[in-house]
Amino acid sequence: MKSKFDSSADLGTVISINGSVLKVEGFQDQSVGDMVNIGEGLNIIGEIIKIVNMVAIVQCYEETFGLELNSKVENYHYPLSMELGPGLLRTIYDGIQRPLKTLSHLSGDFLSRGIRAPALDREKLWNFQPTVEIGDYVTEGDFVGFVKELSQKHQIIVPPGIKGKIKTINSGEMVVEDCAYTLQLEDDSIKEFTLITRWPIRNARPYKKRFLPNKPLITGTRVFDLLFPVAQGGVVAVPGGFGTGKTVVQHNLAKFADADIIVYIGCGERGNEMADLLNSFPNLMDPKNNLPLMDRTIMIANTSNMPVSAREASIFSGITMAEYWRDMGKNVLLLADSTSRWAEALRELSGRLEEMPTEGGYPAYLATRLSNFYERAGLVQVLGKFKRMGSITIVGSVSPPGGDFSEPITTNTKRFVKAFWALDAKLAYSRHYPAVNWLDSYSLYNEVAKYWDDEIQEGWQKSRTVVNTILSKADQLESIAKLIGTENLPPNQQLILYVSTVLKEGYLIQNSFNDNDRYSSPRKTMELIELFIQFYKSSLKLIKLGVPVFRFKQMVCLHKLRRARLDYHSKDISNISELELEMRQEFESLEEQYVELT
Amino acid sequence: MAISYTKISSVMGPLLYMKPIPNHNIKNGSIVRIQTRDGDIRTGQVLTVSRELVVIQVVEGTFGMSLGTTKITFLDDIFRVGVSREMMGRRFNGLGEPIDGGDPILPEELLDINGEPMNPVCRAYPRDVIQTGISSFDTLMTLVRGQKLPIFSGQGLPHNKLVAQIVNNAKVLSKEPFVTIFCGIGLLAEQSLYFQKKFEEQGATRVISFINLASDPTIERLLIPKIALTTAEFLAYKQDMHVLVVLTDITNYAEALREISNVKGEIPARKGFPSYMYSDFANIYERAGRIKGKKGSITQIPVISMPNDDISHPIPDITGYITEGQIVLSRDYHQQNIFPPIYPLSSLSRLMKDSIGGDNTREDHADITSQLYACYAKALEARELESIIGKESLSDNDKDYLTFAEYFELYFINQGESERSFESSFNVAWRLLSIMKKSELIRVKKENIHKYYIENFDPETFTKEKAWKRHIRE
Repeated sequence: MKSKFDSSADLGTVISINGSVLKVEGFQDQSVGDMVNIGEGLNIIGEIIKIVNMVAIVQCYEETFGLELNSKVENYHYPLSMELGPGLLRTIYDGIQRPLKTLSHLSGDFLSRGIRAPALDREKLWNFQPTVEIGDYVTEGDFVGFVKELSQKHQIIVPPGIKGKIKTINSGEMVVEDCAYTLQLEDDSIKEFTLITRWPIRNARPYKKRFLPNKPLITGTRVFDLLFPVAQGGVVAVPGGFGTGKTVVQHNLAKFADADIIVYIGCGERGNEMADLLNSFPNLMDPKNNLPLMDRTIMIANTSNMPVSAREASIFSGITMAEYWRDMGKNVLLLADSTSRWAEALRELSGRLEEMPTEGGYPAYLATRLSNFYERAGLVQVLGKFKRMGSITIVGSVSPPGGDFSEPITTNTKRFVKAFWALDAKLAYSRHYPAVNWLDSYSLYNEVAKYWDDEIQEGWQKSRTVVNTILSKADQLESIAKLIGTENLPPNQQLILYVSTVLKEGYLIQNSFNDNDRYSSPRKTMELIELFIQFYKSSLKLIKLGVPVFRFKQMVCLHKLRRARLDYHSKDISNISELELEMRQEFESLEEQYVELT
Repeated sequence: MAISYTKISSVMGPLLYMKPIPNHNIKNGSIVRIQTRDGDIRTGQVLTVSRELVVIQVVEGTFGMSLGTTKITFLDDIFRVGVSREMMGRRFNGLGEPIDGGDPILPEELLDINGEPMNPVCRAYPRDVIQTGISSFDTLMTLVRGQKLPIFSGQGLPHNKLVAQIVNNAKVLSKEPFVTIFCGIGLLAEQSLYFQKKFEEQGATRVISFINLASDPTIERLLIPKIALTTAEFLAYKQDMHVLVVLTDITNYAEALREISNVKGEIPARKGFPSYMYSDFANIYERAGRIKGKKGSITQIPVISMPNDDISHPIPDITGYITEGQIVLSRDYHQQNIFPPIYPLSSLSRLMKDSIGGDNTREDHADITSQLYACYAKALEARELESIIGKESLSDNDKDYLTFAEYFELYFINQGESERSFESSFNVAWRLLSIMKKSELIRVKKENIHKYYIENFDPETFTKEKAWKRHIRE
């Protein structure tokens, strides 16, 4: 985006300034969504959001202090778009894709107004290796070659809506703006293509066909993987009041989730929290392949004190970058922390436009905008000749005011998501992390059961049912136990109460500061739960022989079982068979004692 | 070029409306000087501007402005405040002008009071502690340099006394320069005098006060935190100082925000507060922090008196979402004459975990914190049990917990106006923990128990006043 303000530009004049909303008249041509550059010397970025009686209503992405009435405004005649190409990974952007590191070289520790920098490094050399030949016929979504970007093979894709014959193709070292290939289009004209494509953030990138998500996205967190699974291409909401650990859940997903690419959007959250993530992330390694985690990550940091319009744009910027990687056939995980801050930005802008508010002051189109965002997730067959699948999974946190889940953002979000991980202040208060409430949370991604049982580990579906039954029964029993005392319940019910406590402490709680516990591989998740179930079933059997519940509480193997999550690293989980054996023997000897008695 | 007007079209509350002269390129946010009929000079700021209408917000209010004779001059500049190292120990009003009768400040720099957002990649994660001199605060919710940690209070609770104590006693443990900025928003005249007196008792050379009284113009309440924080940024990032900014009371700020928003005819959101209150608060709170490669830091303690003690009210709720923890004052404690009435179980400092321990405070700090929390939580359960079944029926262990809770409240929380270093706070904590059996202290490392646990400790020691006082001084 270069500013010209010369005779070739389409110039308008500011006739009204109200906060970040301007009225501009005098453009020769204008359409909703056009980007504009405001005020010579100031270079404020803005977007036309409405046109009323030939007057453009412009929303600014920066402060308007010091802007003069009658200032000139240049219309760029294209919508807010993302630059897509090699160099996205490892980069930290603001809400409108300005690279924050580069900006800090230009304007120091604080973000000055009007500074610009290209989203992709213009000087870095990439080794472009073509995979098509001159004369090949290519259409939208086809790969013409690739560059190696960190550990990823970054495919160069024919942009949507283009088809033609390869006229020339280059190879070897080039910068992003160099010509990579030219196409002879259907009207015989020749078009040049670089390594960069642009895409407007408000439009979803096209794909061929949508599929029902059926493959689980392994999160490395037991309570999610077992009880509330999310599928690749699925959508999850994580609501919770302040202090319930939303951000820790999001950070853990960014670190351990089994996705090719992570897009992390810090949307209107704390600067210090973002600093923590930005400082710690570059030193972290992917537990699966020992590559730096940053190598698969794109970050957007638009903290709460950065301009509110850019906050509103940030989640759409993020999903556009996610779609670009999806189109290469990758599984992308998009983390948005927090969608409530985004909705508040929407409310703030709507207020400035003097629109009629609805519930909670939010504009009537809140639900539409939310669905525009969440509906861009999914498992799809991407464009291109070959059948390639790609997916975008969205995990959005929600920060309901006062922790009240009946407010508009939470209720509207619930309409678009199929999994709901409700974080509970009470659990967080008793240091039960992740503070996922097992009664309020749900997941409708039942299709993943088959994949788990067939491809990962058998028995997932069964174990899940047992755990769910124990937890929900225990919850009913607890209220009775409070009235009549636990010891007055029948032994099998006492056992359920006890096992549910053990499950919560030894399985559902996961310590993100413990080296062995912070990541739980699917194998560990399953091996552990099978041991707990074995303990429950063996005890149940002995109860029928008259063994009192306190005897189980004293078992040596139980003590080890409760600590197993901390004692076994995912790598050495096969050693857990020793515990299994020990447990079997201890139960057998207990059984012998009682059989002799009777 | 300054252009003057003499024709106002409407006056509403603190707002003036007028039609601009064609081709006058009025700057959004620029400052205007207003001269009334009586020769009174007032300051205003352009709020919105269009070809038909300029809206000017008058800081001192519009009372007595006549449509025909008021002269309005547009200065071609936005709101700036003059800052200087000379401000130390001085007192200023909501426009940054001295009100202590001293000489005017010769500014080293004139800065835009709105500041600019810090680039997230330039932020350094908060580290190192500030000692407030209050045991419960320092031990259980340690304040970290660069953190924003609000005090949630209620009407009638002694937050002003607590704030004065913090302002007088807060320090960094290193030899680095440290300054406190006290920003009073909508203070009652009596409160202001109280603070002034308290600060003077201590010499107050390390305190800069910005005072907006309840009787001062509403708009000044919106400007004063920005002026205080602009000064803080100058001292922290250009003069390498550690700055603690105390803002009291944010509730008055929010009320002013609502009042002005209402006059402007904006559409209200929750409880009539404007929809942009989250962003507006963030612009204040997020000015706390540290910058990579800079020595100074800005730490904030905002005070919020929760309307009707309701923590889900928009003011504390929005604050809680932006700040890194909270200090909650308890009405129960206050009624029992416990001062400072900081209720530990609902208070929290999110950033302390990385900054406490050997180098900064003491190696047993984390253990003490965690054990005190656990013991007190358990003790409260025992107390509840006691109220049902009576003390006689409790186990000896539970009785220990009851004793612990009693002394914890009386001698640890209820510290009065004395100042305690980290070291002496920890020593009090260990005496309390020594009331318990060793086997109950499951959150403390063995070596710390070995080093600090007092065998056969007699809680009566606490009540023997003289011995007790000597103990604190050690």
